[in-house]
Amino acid sequence: MTVHSTLRAYGYWSHQYRRIWRASIASGFLNPALFLAAMGLGLGSLVNRHGASVGRLGGVSYLVFLAPGLMAASAMQMASLEAMFPVMGGFKWIRTYHAMQASPLEVPDILYGHLLWMATRVSFVSTIFLGVMAAFGAVHSPEVVLAVPAAALTGMAFAAPVAAFTATRESDQPLIGLFRFVVIPMFLFSGTFFPISQLPAAVRPLAWVTPLWHGVSLCRALSLGNASVLASFGHVAYLLGVTVMGLALGRRSYARRLAP
Amino acid sequence: MTVLDNLLVYGRYFDLPRKVIRQRAERLLEFAQLADRANDKVDPLSGGLRRRLTIARSLISEPELLLLDEPTTGLDPQARHLLWDRLYRLKQQGVTLVLTTHYMDEAEQLCDRLVIMDEGRIAAEGSPRDLIARYSTREVLELRFNTDDHGALVEKLAAVGERIEGLPDRVLVYTAHGERALEQVESMGLVPLASLVRRSTLEDVFLRLTGRSLAD
Repeated sequence: MTVHSTLRAYGYWSHQYRRIWRASIASGFLNPALFLAAMGLGLGSLVNRHGASVGRLGGVSYLVFLAPGLMAASAMQMASLEAMFPVMGGFKWIRTYHAMQASPLEVPDILYGHLLWMATRVSFVSTIFLGVMAAFGAVHSPEVVLAVPAAALTGMAFAAPVAAFTATRESDQPLIGLFRFVVIPMFLFSGTFFPISQLPAAVRPLAWVTPLWHGVSLCRALSLGNASVLASFGHVAYLLGVTVMGLALGRRSYARRLAP
Repeated sequence: MTVLDNLLVYGRYFDLPRKVIRQRAERLLEFAQLADRANDKVDPLSGGLRRRLTIARSLISEPELLLLDEPTTGLDPQARHLLWDRLYRLKQQGVTLVLTTHYMDEAEQLCDRLVIMDEGRIAAEGSPRDLIARYSTREVLELRFNTDDHGALVEKLAAVGERIEGLPDRVLVYTAHGERALEQVESMGLVPLASLVRRSTLEDVFLRLTGRSLAD
């Protein structure tokens, strides 16, 4: 495995994207625009009436509070989905991985090439998200540009372990279960829509261990311009740790699945 | 992904320069008679077209050895013959083909050396002609009588040909001279409803070696 050979595997994913990039950009704009309009402005107009609530959000409007959290949460959702169905397709439905394996490419090339592509996609969509955020006036600090790589890292903390899991499954049913019972609950309860200080004290530690909470906290601090170096490093280290663990699991499950 | 994309992307896996891949892709599409479909999507292609694309794709790295697992299974006769023709040309160009098949005519057409496998063991090995000479006779006389029990005729016909096989619906006489065997049968006063003299084929060899009962 070399960087060069991994990029050759990556070439497949970037090549096939050429046909669908227009539609994907449109949905990249539409998704944050709809969410920020409905939740940030619509629901936010109720939240912002209560001084006490605004205080708990850190003294900013609900839109400003929500937007960076949603950026991280969208990155998680997108990365998880990319690590489910396209990965299953690679092993089973289209067998792209098998075609790659019949060439000089090696298993780590196949895994890293695909994950690198997911990172590209998530970075791209997070950049669009940032643009929409700016258009909604939800940007507070120039540091917010760092939220894009932070969101991409959040995505990879999901993509890597989810791809590893997908490689061990024979049907897409468990993937749907994973999305419904793991990804969606995280989306709802990891601080995206309300601070986790609102959660019952007993379940709060649960939120701390979710990678999404670290991603949301990191992006939010960068967006509001109140990021502390220590806390940010902590979040980055946690997300990197989960990603690296996912890569190790992925190398193992891909090698098993693609073993002759 | 289009037909052409499929070749271009696959060529990249082998770290070939893009220019080389493009040249080879054009040549291979020509070779596989897919040039007019180059910009069509792969998904709606018929089975035969896809099989040809798969073979074209496998040639992008100019391999010396090509492994084919039942390359023409499920294809219509036109598609099969086209594929045979292309595989034969590859063989002429010096590519070694290793293929598995259940079609004996395919094996006869394409193979220089042939291995008959039965339950994972090698049952026989040789050139098609060699195997026919070794395990069968030059000709086969197929006889159909007005009876429900062709098996009973085997004993009566024992003197005819080199070997007799009674099947539920007909009797096969393995012999060097089918016509002569037929005359012999008729001279014994047995009148078949239908008779057919044909050359022995690999199928006869295969059935002889692996038996007529279903494998599973």
